[in-house]
Amino acid sequence: MINTYEILETIKMISSESLDIRTITMGISLRDCAHSDMDELAKRVYDKITRKAEKLVKTGENIEKEYGIPITNKRISVTPISIIGEGANGDYIQIAKAMDRATETTGVDFIGGYSALIHKGYTDGDRRFVDSIAEALSETKRVCASVNIATTKSGINMDAVAQMGRVIKKAAELSAKESGIACAKLVVFCNAPEDNPFMAGAFHGIGEPECVINVGVSGPGVMHNALKKISPNADFTEVAETIKKTAFKITRVGQLVATEASRRLGVTFGIVDLSLAPTPAIGDSIANILEDMGLEKCGAPGTTAALALLNDAVKKGGTMASSQVGGLSGAFIPVSEDAGMVEAVKAGALSLEKLEAMTCVCSVGLDMIIVPGDTPDYTISAIIADEAAIGMINSKTTAVRIIPAPGKKVGDIVEFGGLLGGGPVMAVNKFSSKAFISRGGRIPAPIHSLRN
Amino acid sequence: MRGIITVIGKDRVGIIAAVSNILMEANINILDITQTTLQDIFTMIMLVDLTSPTLTFDQLSKKLNDKGEEMGLSIRIQREDIFNAMHKI
Repeated sequence: MINTYEILETIKMISSESLDIRTITMGISLRDCAHSDMDELAKRVYDKITRKAEKLVKTGENIEKEYGIPITNKRISVTPISIIGEGANGDYIQIAKAMDRATETTGVDFIGGYSALIHKGYTDGDRRFVDSIAEALSETKRVCASVNIATTKSGINMDAVAQMGRVIKKAAELSAKESGIACAKLVVFCNAPEDNPFMAGAFHGIGEPECVINVGVSGPGVMHNALKKISPNADFTEVAETIKKTAFKITRVGQLVATEASRRLGVTFGIVDLSLAPTPAIGDSIANILEDMGLEKCGAPGTTAALALLNDAVKKGGTMASSQVGGLSGAFIPVSEDAGMVEAVKAGALSLEKLEAMTCVCSVGLDMIIVPGDTPDYTISAIIADEAAIGMINSKTTAVRIIPAPGKKVGDIVEFGGLLGGGPVMAVNKFSSKAFISRGGRIPAPIHSLRN
Repeated sequence: MRGIITVIGKDRVGIIAAVSNILMEANINILDITQTTLQDIFTMIMLVDLTSPTLTFDQLSKKLNDKGEEMGLSIRIQREDIFNAMHKI
C-alpha cells in the first residue's frame, strides 16, 4: 500500500527541489461595478474584490498545510479596468488605488487587470486609460498592468506600440528611486490569454465567468534534478520523455490544488497553467535545464532548439495531467528572475537578440529584461513591435516586460528583490528605429488569420 | 480522509512510540507502517486514518513537528491525495 520511493520522491521535490504551486489566482468579473461616478465605481470595485476574495488567502494557506506543498502566491485578476471605467467621469487611478487597498484587506500578493485591449484601436476611454498606467503603477504597490497591442486576427496596432514605449519610459522615471520597478508590473502583449494566472499579465477576460480559480504550477528545480539523473549521453527521445513524465507529476499536484481550492471556495475551476516558472533561487532555473541538455551556457548555439524541446515536452506531459489547460502554458524565460539566465548574461553568453529568438519557441516573450536607462522610447517600442510580430505570425502569445533602469548602464547590476530578483543591464542595439515607429497605423493581420 | 506521516532523520530509541502516542491521544488509527534505512537515513512512513481525530489537522501537524524538533527528526503529515495525484493515474 505504501510505496516508500514515491512518497520520498514527492517529499524531496518539495523540500529540496523547490517544487511549489506558484499561484492560486482568483479571477473576478467587475462588469457589474461600472458606474458614471468614479468614487462610487472605485467603492464598488473594492467591495466586490474584498467580498469575493475574502477567504482566498486563508483557504490557500490551509491547502498548503494539509498537502504540505507551498503555494507561493495568492493573487487576484479582474476584468480589464479600461472597460469598467470607461463610462465614469474622473481619474482611472482611483480604481488602481481601490484595487491596491483590496490587496491589503484580502492579504493577496498581487492583483492584475489594470489592463486595456487595444490591439485594433483605441476608444476614447482607452486613450485616457493608457495615459494613466505609468502613474497608477508608481502610486500603488501590488497592482499589475497589461496592454494587448496585437493579435493574429487583427494585426499590430503600431500607434499603441509607439505609446507603450513612452509609457514604459515614464513608469521607469516615476519609480527611478527603485530602479524603475514599476516597469516590472507592466506587460505588453500580443495574443494575451484571458485566463492567465501569472503576473504581471493576469486579467479576467470578458468571456470568463463571474468568478473562477486558475492555478499556475512551477518546478524548474524538479525538472533540473530529473535531467541530472539520466545519462549525459542519453539521446533526445529520452530527454523529452523524462521532461514529459516530470511535467505530468508536477501538473497533477497543480490539478489537485486547483480542484480542492475551487471546491472549498465554492468557485468554478478554470484552468491549470502548465508553466515552468523559475525563481531567483539557485537551481530553480530554466537556463540550468537548457544547460543540462549539453549547452555550456544558456545562449550558446543550440539554446533555441533545447528550449523548443523543453516547451513542447512540458505541454505534452502536463496536458494529460489536467482536465482543463490554459493560460500561458510552457516555459518562461525571464532574465532577472532566473539565476542561470543572470549568470549567462554576465558570462556574455546570452544577448537580447538570442532571447528574442528563444521567444519564438517559449511560452511568452522578453521577460524581466533590464536595459540602460537612456534607451530611447522608440527603441523600446521597436523591441515590442518585433515581439508582437513573432506572436502574430506564429499564433502564439508573446509579451515584453522590459525595465529601462534610470541612470544605469550596460553591465550595472540592478536588484529588485523577492521573486523579481535582479540582474545585469543588457546591451541594446544602438541603431535608430525612430522613423519606423513614427509611422503609426496598423500592421495588417497575416494571411493565415483568415481561417473561416 | 487519510494522511501520510513521514519521519526522516537519524535512528534512535522511541521514534515509533513517540509518534504512536500522539496519534493515540488524537484518536487516529494507524493503517499501515513501513520503515527503511536509505543511505544511513532512517525513514518511517505511516498511513493513518483521519476520519474522526480529536485534533484539527493544523494542531496535529504542529504537535508532530514539535515532537520532531525535540527528537532531532523531521516529522510531517500530509494528506494522502498529494501522493496519489502525483504517482497514480
